[in-house]
Amino acid sequence: MTELERHSYDVVVIGAGGAGLRAAIEAREQGKRTAIVCKSLFGKAHTVMAEGGCAAAMGNANSNDNWQVHYRDTMRGGKFLNNWRMAELHAQEAPDRVWELETYGALFDRTPDGRISQRNFGGHTYPRLAHVGDRTGLELIRTLQQKIVSLQQEDFQATGDYEANLKVYAECTVTELLKDGDAISGAFGYWRESGRFILFDAPAVVLATGGVGKSFKVTSNSWEYTGDGHALAMRAGATLINMEFIQFHPTGMVWPPSVKGILVTESVRGDGGVLKNSEGKRFMFEYVPDVFRAQYAETEDEADRWYKDPDNNRRPPELLPRDEVARAINSEVKAGRGTPHGGVFLDVSTRLPAEEITRRLPSMHHQFKELADVDITAEPMEVGPTCHYVMGGVEVDPDTAQSVVPGLFAAGEVAGGMHGSNRLGGNSLSDLLVFGRRAGMGAATYVDQLGSERPKIAEADIDAAAAEALAPFELEGGENPYTIHTELQQSMNDLVGIIRKEEEMERALAKLAEYRGRIAKMTVEGHRQFNPGWHLALDLRNMLTVSECVAKAALQRQESRGGHTRDDFPGMNADWRKLLLVCSLDTDGGVNVVRKDQIPMRDDLLELFELDELKKYLTEEELPAT
Amino acid sequence: MSYKGKFRVWRGDSEGGDLKDYEVEVNEGEVVLDVIHRLQATQAPDLAVRWNCKAGKCGSCSAEINGMPKLMCMCRMNTFEEDEVVTVTPMRTFPVMRDLVTDVSYNYQKAREIPAFTPPADLKPGEYRMQQVDVERSQEFRKCIECFLCQDTCHVIRDHEENKESFSGPRFLMRIAELDMHPLDAADRQHEAQEQHGLGFCNITKCCTEVCPEHIKITDNALIPMKERVVDRKYDPIVWLGNKIRRRGA
Ligand SMILES: Cc1cc2nc3c(=O)[nH]c(=O)nc-3n(C[C@H](O)[C@H](O)[C@H](O)COP(=O)(O)OP(=O)(O)OC[C@H]3O[C@@H](n4cnc5c(N)ncnc54)[C@H](O)[C@@H]3O)c2cc1C
Ligand code: SF4
Ligand code: SF4
Ligand code: FES
Repeated sequence: MTELERHSYDVVVIGAGGAGLRAAIEAREQGKRTAIVCKSLFGKAHTVMAEGGCAAAMGNANSNDNWQVHYRDTMRGGKFLNNWRMAELHAQEAPDRVWELETYGALFDRTPDGRISQRNFGGHTYPRLAHVGDRTGLELIRTLQQKIVSLQQEDFQATGDYEANLKVYAECTVTELLKDGDAISGAFGYWRESGRFILFDAPAVVLATGGVGKSFKVTSNSWEYTGDGHALAMRAGATLINMEFIQFHPTGMVWPPSVKGILVTESVRGDGGVLKNSEGKRFMFEYVPDVFRAQYAETEDEADRWYKDPDNNRRPPELLPRDEVARAINSEVKAGRGTPHGGVFLDVSTRLPAEEITRRLPSMHHQFKELADVDITAEPMEVGPTCHYVMGGVEVDPDTAQSVVPGLFAAGEVAGGMHGSNRLGGNSLSDLLVFGRRAGMGAATYVDQLGSERPKIAEADIDAAAAEALAPFELEGGENPYTIHTELQQSMNDLVGIIRKEEEMERALAKLAEYRGRIAKMTVEGHRQFNPGWHLALDLRNMLTVSECVAKAALQRQESRGGHTRDDFPGMNADWRKLLLVCSLDTDGGVNVVRKDQIPMRDDLLELFELDELKKYLTEEELPAT
Repeated sequence: MSYKGKFRVWRGDSEGGDLKDYEVEVNEGEVVLDVIHRLQATQAPDLAVRWNCKAGKCGSCSAEINGMPKLMCMCRMNTFEEDEVVTVTPMRTFPVMRDLVTDVSYNYQKAREIPAFTPPADLKPGEYRMQQVDVERSQEFRKCIECFLCQDTCHVIRDHEENKESFSGPRFLMRIAELDMHPLDAADRQHEAQEQHGLGFCNITKCCTEVCPEHIKITDNALIPMKERVVDRKYDPIVWLGNKIRRRGA
């Protein structure tokens, strides 16, 4: 029998970012005993790094904005591959979720009439992002964290125990989900500090583990982003969709090497920053694709006028959706018009007065000053694409966030569908709130329906999970996990990166097969107490599974769309839009990819678009009868 | 551009430990955290260290570098001479768990003891109206990334375990100030700051302000104004009431 501590909950939420915290708040408010488990300290999840803002059609900055416009922008951004029901719910519910944060104590920047201020961002028709300078994610996570504390204070008043109904298990990693028959029965993990095992008996698990960026070399993501939730879901029998779509953010730092990939927020462009190549040319005008031609300015004059008078001018092409801008930068650098360190220039210094820059973009100012010796109020930044966000994730029911496995829910970056082939900036923070809440509700309802018949954890499953977690200590003389990780990142970056080719992806798959063999034989030194080498060894399995999903799905999709660009299939293809690629695990642990038809968009939602626009995306049969 | 840097890193756990010397490659543009990671990857795979964002945003990588409380990810190597020994030790005010990782649960306990934001009962979501100038004061404090470096440096609890019970430290006194200055918070905060969180212990040395990586003026903008209000109120509780009412009307 495995030695471990054991706890029993109604709902276990894995992840303490925006999605996880919002889910936990909901589950607890629905009267469920809830645990939150996370790898870092409470309040440090990735969400803390979000800068620009949270998109919600509140109409504070431009009263023409409403959920329909937000819905249209989201579908366009995702090139119509989005799950339309998720996009609909998201656009409708985001404003309420943001206003709710104010009741928890959030302090967003204000409009002159005292409402929440909203800023421009790529792909959004109107200023739509609620924000606090360029540290919106910090505000979001701290607010939710403080709401959790306030619920714990209520429980303290009632029971004398802060943690009676809502407890955070910080620095604790879940390595396996357990099932009784088809249904979830609990989760197994270890304390990072002591290495001791911990088991949760729980009929409902909400995955809110974020993304997968640590499988790529140049990334804005932290060590937490090893795709744990994606892999846990697959091992539990759930499916992933849209895994071929990875967002490369156009503006990451390129120098010095040690900070390569760290994000430069899109707000720099939203607030007036422009992209230039080494010849001093604002090159984005050359890269406006046909589908967007009508909405973007053709001259610098018009683009510049838009900041003051957006109703009578078209927006600057620097604010195209991210995939377009990232590809444009890539092409400029390849054509030899890049900066000394292989990026392009992003200049705000000649566009805004210095005080304005430090007020609107304080953390960017600080970041460049401290990390690169660059004063962004006086000189341009050097930027280039960086792996930022995974559109793909667990396939869920839009309304309840439940996966195909009973009792398993997913929300936030780990869930798939909402963003289609490309996410608009600001749509993630709102996604976390909208679907975090829905997952918490879905889990609570599921638990209610179960009644007293709860799934049970089998002893043999516990032993198996423990053995699997300790496997890296068993072997001697094998490779160090750091070496394999570095190679994996390089392969994914080079072979399944921003521009993809069949032959390269085949090579990536061969590499991944090789890593699989090496991972099975790697060695970890030391003991179980706070041992980063061991932690990485366990995370590597997840990164491998996720990378395989990305590479296999990318190889299958023979078109270019959003965060998936094929050199050998450069155009969008309406037949492919109709298809989802669904990843699952087969019995020997390999990744299976099958095609599945998308559910056709509801008529009233189709009617929100002009026929001419629909023609660019949909097949003949899908178009509404005229 | 790269050279062999001399590092001295505290290794050990709650039972004890000592400084260990390492020679490790340092490249152009790197920060202390990069070098610690290189140590992990090449010489000390079990070296424990916390980090997340590597950009000064999450407050995970706090430590003492040559005795100064700092974020390892924001401490550039070019601030040292090439032959200088760089000593990295865990934050001293909190119990060591392992190597550079400390038990910071004291801070989470204190956070839990501060009553949450209390909005006016009659205000519905979406109806909140506040002016930018009025939120800016609290916004400054909400820049806090909870690195706990200010807590680490404050002499009231540094080497004074016995004060931890009655003193919540600059980070959490500032949290109370933040709520007190929130234009819509309806709770009494000053009494609480003085009586339950030990505002009286602070003798405004400003050491906390000096180490804050977010450059928050903790002492000048949060602690001193709180002290002033507490004093006012001791003489005249009406002052407090008046303050709240006036601010709400604004
Ligand atoms: C630099 C940067 C800037 C961004 N800016 C914006 C922006 O301006 N607007 C916007 O909308 N989006 C932005 N994004 C994207 C957005 O921040 C993320 O997509 C979002 O925060 C993800 O939130 P989440 O709740 O899904 O997961 P996260 O916040 O990443 O949380 C994941 C949680 O899961 C936990 N976890 C993971 N695996 C395990 C495991 N095995 N066991 C236990 N716990 C686990 C982690 O510890 C963590 O607590 C930005 C992203 C980055 C990197
Ligand atoms: S100013 Fe007060 S809180 Fe800050 S370090 Fe000095 S005594 Fe501590
Ligand atoms: S106030 Fe400053 S030093 Fe203190 S915890 Fe917050 S960010 Fe860190
Ligand atoms: S790693 Fe986030 S502050 Fe240093």
